[in-house]
Amino acid sequence: MLLIPCPNCGPRDETEFHYGGQAHVPYPKDPAALNDREWAELLFYRDNPKGAFAERWVHSTGCRQWFNMLRDTVSYDIQAVYPTGAPRPDSATTTSASPEGAVQ
Amino acid sequence: MSTQQLPEHPDFLWRNPEPKSSYDAVIVGGGGHGLATAYFLAKNHGMTNIAVLEKGWLAGGNMARNTTIIRSNYLWDESAAIYEHSLKLWEILPEELEYDFLFSQRGVMNLAHTLGDVRESMRRVGANKLNGVDAEWLDPEQVKELCPILNISDNIRYPVMGATYQPRAGIAKHDHVAWAFARKCDELGVDIIQNCEVTGFLKDGNRVVGVKTNRGTINTEKVGLCAAGHSSVLAEMAGFRLPIQSHPLQALVSELHEPVHPTVVMSNHVHVYVSQAHKGELVMGAGVDSYNGYGQRGSFHVIEQQMAAAVELFPIFARAHVLRTWGGIVDTTLDASPIVGTTPVENMFVNCGWGTGGFKGTPAAGLTFAHTIATGAPHKLNKPFALERFETGALIDEHGAAAVAH
Repeated sequence: MLLIPCPNCGPRDETEFHYGGQAHVPYPKDPAALNDREWAELLFYRDNPKGAFAERWVHSTGCRQWFNMLRDTVSYDIQAVYPTGAPRPDSATTTSASPEGAVQ
Repeated sequence: MSTQQLPEHPDFLWRNPEPKSSYDAVIVGGGGHGLATAYFLAKNHGMTNIAVLEKGWLAGGNMARNTTIIRSNYLWDESAAIYEHSLKLWEILPEELEYDFLFSQRGVMNLAHTLGDVRESMRRVGANKLNGVDAEWLDPEQVKELCPILNISDNIRYPVMGATYQPRAGIAKHDHVAWAFARKCDELGVDIIQNCEVTGFLKDGNRVVGVKTNRGTINTEKVGLCAAGHSSVLAEMAGFRLPIQSHPLQALVSELHEPVHPTVVMSNHVHVYVSQAHKGELVMGAGVDSYNGYGQRGSFHVIEQQMAAAVELFPIFARAHVLRTWGGIVDTTLDASPIVGTTPVENMFVNCGWGTGGFKGTPAAGLTFAHTIATGAPHKLNKPFALERFETGALIDEHGAAAVAH
């Protein structure tokens, strides 16, 4: 059971939250311009790193607010909690959402 | 059935060779799928100058952590074809591999607890029959007859309203399956190299030409990835992405009991799946943890929910004790179907995305993936399971039949 520090309510059990997957996946500016490959990327492709991962959570049985969390996917340590829309706290030291050499 | 003696086996079933400097093909991942792939490459395609690289010990990942359920009652034609072919291979493999891994066709029941479940289940029974998969619809009385310890009374929160039943389905001893493949691979000349972790790939342009490992560089013409939960990590090293997410999936066993549970019972709705292993442990699985994780462990509330479901369905289990719990890392796709085929990197092939149900697919994954690696083109059974389906939209949605929520 993770102990998740909700930015509004403080530390609460994981069972009060729902998972939202990878954070920082923007909706395309011009959806009509996307080709099939780009649609596949948007709909089905998400990062799956072994290590630090920026992800979305919602405090369903508390404040019902979405927020972002930086968590290690091996140790499960929670490294940071920050508002939706704010940049990833460790973004200066990590690569962007698409790894180098990714198929575009 | 449960007190059957396990067969004796020799001290060494395979050699532990040093890696050679080059192979015709390298399989990354020494679990069931990797070993089956190597076996069929050697047997069906005459490729014996090949190696299976395993970063830990042989079959120590999901092959050692699954609940050993084998069945083929999937909804869509594409899935029914590959899983039914797999089941047919399970039926002949003990003889072919000359190793009795105790494949026990004791049947699998998928319970229905809501009207929606009933409709979906009946539809699936119909679809299975049309595809030549043995399937029956059972009413609650028939359920009770087949599995007397199941509680079919209507005073529980989600009463049993019926079940689908596949008589030819069952369980096998998973570690013996791995050893059976490993021994045959070894006999055919395949090098099984344990404690050999892949750290990168050598490429000539967009073509893979070698594998970097913690035991040196190995040149190879072809690479097949069979790394389940770690497939994304390998793909990133090779420079492409996979549409999979890795989640912890937990299971547990009780202490040994007299034979009480004659079949395999799965429930999508209250979510637990239970069988009794040959030695007598009750083996139970749950759903995946919601978050991405590589930790081979999950959260305890998942086990709590699974146990609540188990005790409601099987009241006598209230007296059993949890002996051991563990987790594996499963590679889930959004359509709950595997990915077996080519990749954007030339001469690199991928077999992944089997998610929560890879054990049953072991023989067919090996057969079709070996064909794909040897010929460079998919076998007709894995053609629909190509990576391209996420672009074409020809998804194979098996969330209903996959039976483990994710």
